[in-house]
Amino acid sequence: MSIADVFAKAKAENRSVLIGCMPAGFPTVEDSIASMIAMHEAGCDVIEVELPYSDPVMDGPVIQKASDIALAAGVRTRDTLKIIEAVARTGAPVVLMTYWNPIEKYGVNAFARDLAAAGATGMITPDLIPDEAAEWIAASDEHRIDRTFLVSPSSTDERIAMTVAQCRGFVYATALMGVTGARTSVSSQAPELVDRVRHADPHMPVGVGLGVGNGAQAAEVAGFADGVIVGSALIRSVLEAPDRATGLSRLRTLSAELAEGVRNPRN
Amino acid sequence: MSAPSLPDLAGHFGRYGGRFVPEALVRALDELDAAYRSAKTDPVFQAEFESLLVNYAGVPSLLYRAERLSAAVGAEILLKREDLNHTGAHKVRNVLGQALLAKRMGKPRVIAETGAGQHGVASATAAALLDLECVVYMGETDTERQALNVARMRMLGATVIPVTNGSRTLKDALNEALRDWVASVDSTHYLLGTAAGPHPFPEIVRDFVGGIGIEARAQCFELTGRLPDAVAACVGGGSNAIGIFHAFVPDESVELYGFEAGGDGVETGRHAASITGGSSGVLHGARTYVLQDDDGQTVESHSISAGLDYPGVGPEHAWLHDTGRATYEPVTDAEAMAAFHLLCRTEGIIPAIESAHALAGAARIAPRLRAELGRTPTIVVNLSGRGDKDVHTAGAYFGILDPVETIVPGEQE
Ligand SMILES: Cc1ncc(COP(=O)(O)O)c(C=O)c1O
Repeated sequence: MSIADVFAKAKAENRSVLIGCMPAGFPTVEDSIASMIAMHEAGCDVIEVELPYSDPVMDGPVIQKASDIALAAGVRTRDTLKIIEAVARTGAPVVLMTYWNPIEKYGVNAFARDLAAAGATGMITPDLIPDEAAEWIAASDEHRIDRTFLVSPSSTDERIAMTVAQCRGFVYATALMGVTGARTSVSSQAPELVDRVRHADPHMPVGVGLGVGNGAQAAEVAGFADGVIVGSALIRSVLEAPDRATGLSRLRTLSAELAEGVRNPRN
Repeated sequence: MSAPSLPDLAGHFGRYGGRFVPEALVRALDELDAAYRSAKTDPVFQAEFESLLVNYAGVPSLLYRAERLSAAVGAEILLKREDLNHTGAHKVRNVLGQALLAKRMGKPRVIAETGAGQHGVASATAAALLDLECVVYMGETDTERQALNVARMRMLGATVIPVTNGSRTLKDALNEALRDWVASVDSTHYLLGTAAGPHPFPEIVRDFVGGIGIEARAQCFELTGRLPDAVAACVGGGSNAIGIFHAFVPDESVELYGFEAGGDGVETGRHAASITGGSSGVLHGARTYVLQDDDGQTVESHSISAGLDYPGVGPEHAWLHDTGRATYEPVTDAEAMAAFHLLCRTEGIIPAIESAHALAGAARIAPRLRAELGRTPTIVVNLSGRGDKDVHTAGAYFGILDPVETIVPGEQE
């Protein structure tokens, strides 16, 4: 299913899309595949695979730690592609979240080609802004990968319009000025940012991420956004579990709670 | 060849530079860019900056003809004495400029990253002088290696935050400073320590340290009646090098040499030579040369010199390298330490180990230039800093840190 279809289906059901993030290869390649499949089975509509990177400036401590663990275990870019392939084969819609340097190093066009072949539908680029993305825009057009750029509360209306115009699939609205990581409450800046995106393009689905960690917060964000993006809280259930089985079971429980949340939007 | 108009409006030096940052930082970078453009043409700002440099930092630094060193290396060596500036390095120029800019933007707080602590100390100094709150991010490994500089920063009123992520060194401190900035842009200026990072930092830092080259060029004329044959500098992130190069870029007869930290030797993989031992990539907000593996993961750098121990380099150097206007070569730890020793013993100057890389490079190119020119070449070397901070490292390297033997009265010579 394409990302556009996922959002259309959720909209028809009067709910938001749940996008769950997990670093590739954390804590091992096999375990990360199992985590992602469990997340999908338990209610994550879209699996966001994060490519582990040595210098993740948009990420808070949880994702940094998980990425470090994956890298220390020797995960490579080609492993991430294999993981995407394994997860996409189960029917889960997969998008990749990646910092730019690993893609530039792989070769931008070659990566778009291999990402499409692995079955991913889209790619989120946290440190690539449309201003620098000419090569990526051409490659993603050629290989039909959806492009998700970020907008932020600090973005001007002009930049929001420019950015949304370059997105396909959905746009990622960062709910607050900060890095990834669960917060105790949903940012008050998020609804206004979503409004501003809708003003620029009423049809572009908006996913909101940064700081969402439980069912109640998911329900709150579902009240104003098309998609709810959750990373650190899910990853923490694996990171802090005493063993793999407990980790997987906590991951399922939290995914189900979040899935329940996006089905009960609070307006 | 000269390109005073670079970078372009989006911060590109050819294919290098630009902005590879989260969208959240774009507005802050745009504001900084706008504030800098207006400051650049504001005579009041420029006069204030100039006055701080002259009356506080001790600028212009001397251009000193090092006669005994010259005799030892077979070239006329002119040392640009940035080591004599307040805080002991070229870095004071950048921090004073940026702290003034922070004031102008109404930001009461500055953050900085630091490796060995030199930029942290300089930032804390400028913040104390201009009454700004200062937070310095420093890799935990470095806070342990450089405890004295941590104490200096604290004495000056700064808060030092040890960074425990990743490799716990400079690159991780830079990541953490960027993370802080994403969350604090309204009140905070990121006082970046070298001519790297996203646009407009490479341009701003270059301009603030650009006085080094402007002064050296005029001083060289005064001393010798002509331009030098070559200018040499060490290259970490690239600020002291771009600072001395920039004024000479249009002078085609002047060769520009940047010396990177070769560590144990580029062939060993243990080095910090981003241009000569790395490849094109994106790190810390800009496209430039980077030490990276086949997957584009940053590789840890190695150098005896903490200030050069960084896996990236400013984008303008990447461009100067590709266009051939400047030449970059690695200098190993051993070569740098030999030059360190030579300067101590011939001139009575203890250089920063960073600067010793430039001295070693100058000694290496001297015979080459002499053969090319058929006469004694004149080389301006940027002595970017003094070596007080390095006494422990150098003392250990030369094995002279043993406890002083008790001298029995009467047995002295
Ligand atoms: C004395 C001195 N020289 C050079 C450097 C390297 O930095 P850059 O390449 O930005 O001049 C440092 C950095 O700490 C330094 O302290």
